[in-house]
Amino acid sequence: MTVAFFILALLTVAGTAAAMGLRNAVHCVLALTLGFAGVAAIYLQLDAQFVGLTQIMVYVGAVAILAVFAIMMTHSPGPAKPAAYSSYWILGGLVAAAVFAVLAWAIHSDSASLQPLPVQPEVTVQQIGDALMHHFVLPLEIMGLLLTAALIGAVVIAMDRSEEPK
Amino acid sequence: MTFPLDQIFVVAKQWMRGYVPPIAWPVTSAILSVVPILIAFPLLFAITTLLERKGLGRIQNRYGPNRTGPWGLFQPIADGVKSLTKEDIVPLTADHAVHFLAPLLLVAAAFLAYAVLPIGRNMVLVDLNAGVLYFFAVGSVVELAVFMAGWSSRSKYSLLGAMRAIAQMISYEVPLVLATVVVIMQAGSLSTVSIVEKQEGYSGIWLHAHSGFIGIIPHWFVFTPWGFVGFVLFMIAATAESNRSPFDLPEGESEIIAGYYIEYSGFKFALFFLGEYLGMFATSGMAITLFLGGWNAPFSFFTWIPTYVWFFAKLLTLIGGFIWIRGTLPRLRMDQLMNLAWEFILPMAILNMLVAGVWHFMPGGPLRWLVCIVIIAIPCVLLSRRLKRKKKFEIRTYSFAN
Amino acid sequence: MNSLQNYLLLSSLLFAIGLAGALTRRNAILVLIGIELMLNAANLNFIAFWRFGLNPSALTGVMFAIFSISVAAAEAAVGLAIILAAYRHSKTTDLDQMNSLKG
Repeated sequence: MTVAFFILALLTVAGTAAAMGLRNAVHCVLALTLGFAGVAAIYLQLDAQFVGLTQIMVYVGAVAILAVFAIMMTHSPGPAKPAAYSSYWILGGLVAAAVFAVLAWAIHSDSASLQPLPVQPEVTVQQIGDALMHHFVLPLEIMGLLLTAALIGAVVIAMDRSEEPK
Repeated sequence: MTFPLDQIFVVAKQWMRGYVPPIAWPVTSAILSVVPILIAFPLLFAITTLLERKGLGRIQNRYGPNRTGPWGLFQPIADGVKSLTKEDIVPLTADHAVHFLAPLLLVAAAFLAYAVLPIGRNMVLVDLNAGVLYFFAVGSVVELAVFMAGWSSRSKYSLLGAMRAIAQMISYEVPLVLATVVVIMQAGSLSTVSIVEKQEGYSGIWLHAHSGFIGIIPHWFVFTPWGFVGFVLFMIAATAESNRSPFDLPEGESEIIAGYYIEYSGFKFALFFLGEYLGMFATSGMAITLFLGGWNAPFSFFTWIPTYVWFFAKLLTLIGGFIWIRGTLPRLRMDQLMNLAWEFILPMAILNMLVAGVWHFMPGGPLRWLVCIVIIAIPCVLLSRRLKRKKKFEIRTYSFAN
Repeated sequence: MNSLQNYLLLSSLLFAIGLAGALTRRNAILVLIGIELMLNAANLNFIAFWRFGLNPSALTGVMFAIFSISVAAAEAAVGLAIILAAYRHSKTTDLDQMNSLKG
């Protein structure tokens, strides 16, 4: 395990654990941003340049900001803050730990996953564009439709209906 | 034609790198490339603050600062000393960790954007295959830093200013990226170095004298219909992205309240200032790379001037343009700003992409120019007339208590 | 040298953390963030298998990850819009209090 990977993995796990553990919701989202940036750095280490930069642009630059806006708009102004964790948090933690245990056992018992890093593939943005336009053109078009529907749907759902009769 | 003066920094870096053993070459090379950027652009920031104050002063028919040194040349030093020695006040109820980290994140994101700008021939820090995407990805981190600054101060005005600033930056990020898509379509690559290299070359006249060819029209992308429109849209969006006038409502409430950095004082305030100006330089640098030919000289008989001189000359011209616009145009209201982004600039950017496609597939000649200009001009006129007629003001009726 | 196992362990750890957050937090927005973390972990899995796999020039893993990021962004937008609408109705984002079907 190289030093770079270890540091990045530590950063990512620390960020995401803080994101799920802190009391203050805005602190959670800021720690989540650190986690996303860590994942993007790991993508860059795996020679997936385009995906790593897209991850920063979409997750850090859009999803995190969306989450903080939502927290801003829904935070209750009262001084009495509700408890951070739900009443059955032990069960949830146990389920997550069990899932991790099963996955880790599956990974460890597979000897094929110990292979070393193969030679670096030549991935250019040109190839990704070619693939999007030839082999993956149907998912691309469906993605366009999906994003349009999501955009219109989000605006319609979140619209303030009480202002309509003016 | 690589003249020795042009490559002097590259050669100097390799010479300095030769002094360390080959094991330390990557680290040394990185440090030797990063340190000039860390020195040059804050220096440019200092010069720009002085230039801006003098320039704005002259536009407003007054002298700028002229007391500290001849023609006010030591004013940036005085400003630096003042901001370093001021007391650092943090509100009691502020969130100290986030309050401290916000300006750092802003300045770090602004510096990271310089990694893909080609300042001269062979003088780019990292030649990423997806360089333009990296630039916009790093630029989108700035919004998060603005939110952190506004929210951590725990003050109503700073939060309101931060929300407005983020809304403005998000609204103008989409036209900014769409305006660069036309360049990517024509250049066929996201790498900034190859985009600059595609803009080499000149059209001109052949003289049968000793020199032969005199190129007077460079092949920059700004000299095509889609490139010109793209450049104009990019500069408007860049002005809005860096919160400069006429889009400085989030911070221009400084007549009353300073927006998202109201609770900052001393060095952190200076860091915000630095971050904003660095962002402006980086977006100008990207505009130069994409549209204005990067480090290419405008005429073919000027190619003996080093390429980094041309880059900084173009950068200073664009900064002068920013200062000129700041001194001339009034500030836009929030709803005017949003309407401009979503109802004028975004449709024009999408139309520009159509025009770039038409330009690519039509054979060269005057017909291509005519078709492209007509496709752009008619919707531009229609959309701007629609924008002007948007608000219908009713006659106000006042009712007074009798 | 990094082996595939390291990346897979990291992605399963991220998945477990996201799952723990989604199951135990009270605030609805933080549950949504947990779901986003799980999607991120799955993406990391895809990219790791693409890199170490047999045919990296087919770009399947990269394509899947790109589409997954787009879908996750769209789903985050719609999910947050739903949470906003629910907050407007019940004046709270506490999931433990949204426990009756009658509004």
